[in-house]
Amino acid sequence: MSLDTQAILWSLFFGAIFGALITAYVYGRHQRSIITGAGVGAVVGALSGQILMLPLRHCTFAYDPEVVAEAGTRFTPEFLFGIGVVLISSLILLAPVWVWVSQGGRLFNPEVGRTERFGRSPLPYLFLLPTLIILVFFLYWPMIRVVLMSLETSFLGLNARFVCVDNYLRLMNDSRYIHSFTVTFGITIAIVIIGMSIALFISVLASQKIRGANIYRTLLIWPYALSPVIAGLIFLMMFNPQVGIVNQVLYTLFGIRPRWFSDAALAPWVIILTSIWNNLGFNVLFYIAGLQSVPDELLEAAAIDGANAIQRFFRITFPLLSPYTFFLLITNVTYAFYGIFGAVDTLTQGGPRGATSVLIYQLYEDAFEYTNKTGSAAAQSLILFLLVAGLTIIQFRYVERRVTYGE
Amino acid sequence: MESEVANARAQALALARTRHTRRRRLNYLIHAILILTCFLLAVPVLYALLVATMTNIQFYGQPGRLLPGNDLWNNIAVTFERGLGQQILNTVFVALVVVVAKTVTSLLAGLAFVYFRFPGKWFLFFFVLLTLLMPTEIIIVPLFKIVSDLQWGDTFLALTVPFFASATGAFLFRQHFSNIPTELAEAAQLDGASPLRFLWAVLVPLSWNVIGAMAVIQFIYMWNQYLWPIIIMTSPDKQVVQVGVRQLMAVGAQTDFGPVMAGAIIATLPSLIVFVALQEQFMNGFALTREK
Repeated sequence: MSLDTQAILWSLFFGAIFGALITAYVYGRHQRSIITGAGVGAVVGALSGQILMLPLRHCTFAYDPEVVAEAGTRFTPEFLFGIGVVLISSLILLAPVWVWVSQGGRLFNPEVGRTERFGRSPLPYLFLLPTLIILVFFLYWPMIRVVLMSLETSFLGLNARFVCVDNYLRLMNDSRYIHSFTVTFGITIAIVIIGMSIALFISVLASQKIRGANIYRTLLIWPYALSPVIAGLIFLMMFNPQVGIVNQVLYTLFGIRPRWFSDAALAPWVIILTSIWNNLGFNVLFYIAGLQSVPDELLEAAAIDGANAIQRFFRITFPLLSPYTFFLLITNVTYAFYGIFGAVDTLTQGGPRGATSVLIYQLYEDAFEYTNKTGSAAAQSLILFLLVAGLTIIQFRYVERRVTYGE
Repeated sequence: MESEVANARAQALALARTRHTRRRRLNYLIHAILILTCFLLAVPVLYALLVATMTNIQFYGQPGRLLPGNDLWNNIAVTFERGLGQQILNTVFVALVVVVAKTVTSLLAGLAFVYFRFPGKWFLFFFVLLTLLMPTEIIIVPLFKIVSDLQWGDTFLALTVPFFASATGAFLFRQHFSNIPTELAEAAQLDGASPLRFLWAVLVPLSWNVIGAMAVIQFIYMWNQYLWPIIIMTSPDKQVVQVGVRQLMAVGAQTDFGPVMAGAIIATLPSLIVFVALQEQFMNGFALTREK
């Protein structure tokens, strides 16, 4: 058996095992035959695993005596990474199967068909053509290119050479990249928790029955209209260490002038504050809408039963707001991962000493300011994509479940 | 007996009054917190307005200045000398073209998905929906190459064409059309109206709300674009407004914050007006994409 065949078999094997196990479980939960589930899962998983394995040329499972000798085990980093790729790849076709099973043999809502009045004709393809051309050419094609580029190294975009998953493995051992990861997560968590808590608190106050509630709402949400770049420029000026208004106040009150942009402990907080300020309006807008959807009768009934305001909030209002909270969680995380670029680029350019070098900023730097890191930047793009896409898919599932069981 | 009733009534009134005063006090507190928050939120922009009136000497003078300067018109003039006016026109043009084109492609996609039955429909719908997961930021590296290979670098084509369609738009109109009574389509079919005529004469007049919602979201999105233009555009006179404002900062060793802030405020006004005036539509747009 040639080495190539062996590598292909490995990839088929892991896809099949993974597909069989999970699909058998899904079938079992929905009162279907576990054995059929395992069979279907194995075939679909094995096939789907090839979607990402083909561009990789199964290289992760190739047997290289030197690498194996160096690692001291057949399960080299490449091999383990390959298993991960197969699992992700197998999800592409397995997920629709699971959705199909869990919805009783349908992929979509059946009642939509009732509106199909115009019958068969080539017209719908013509109507979809503009959308499809744009999406294929400017989203799908670049997406495929990202995958291929992440498997290559090149210099100034020339002399591209296939290097298997080296770009990824190198990133995992790159302390600069790991650091960027922790920075991103730290900043994201702070933006999400602090920003959303403040927004919720303010929204509760602003949706009380008080005079001028509409005026307050407008006065609370407008900062969202500022772009992150402009928000960054304004905060850059406010936090100017010598003459900015923040240090003027701090100096008058406490006699201190923190050096916001050269202190690695302070700089991330300027980014966080800018982002919270910039995003507060968006959060408040949706939380106020959510609060208006909480039925008054429910709260009144609880009040008669003797629940105090805080109990009413945590037992009734907050759970009923959870779809809004989840939606805002996704948008805030998306902002912290992507949208933050403008603020970082104006405020700190990733400094001091990488303290604010979030993933999207480092990706941009590696892609456009170095000559030989295009492959690495592509790999970084895909990692970032997986992080946010995973979260978005969870949100879809969550919203769907709420609709199915909640209404 | 009567006095007892009067007494009870007086007690009830007193209780109601204390409750009322407590509620009133609480309301005062709420007003106070909200006013303080609104003020704190406004401070950055108020201060930016202040700095926009200052000369460099006024801004960098010690101690820092909290009074308006006398250089507002000069600062505004500087931003226009550096091309901000042209860049605002560019961005308005780019944003409007994208809004119109995306509305058209999305209306057509919604029409196809809701009113037709055709082989591969669900596959194509999934295919479109999946792009929701692919933001521009992820694909900028290859997109840069693709657009450059088309010789579109540094042209408005690069800023507009890649955004002419989106899953959000197609999805938005699909949702909206599914909620329109089927009788309308039946009637149109009986009258022998063509699908395009049906779209134009029946669906569009019923969709102005949704079209407005999408237009607001897309306009603000395009107005605030930064990463893609900074990569693909090189000529200052073709640049968009966000990059233009950012580049006001880049000249010289010491930042001239006066012009930068003047530029920042000018560049914010259009999106601010659109957002505040159309906040309802803006939110409805998001609500529509979420509802089942």
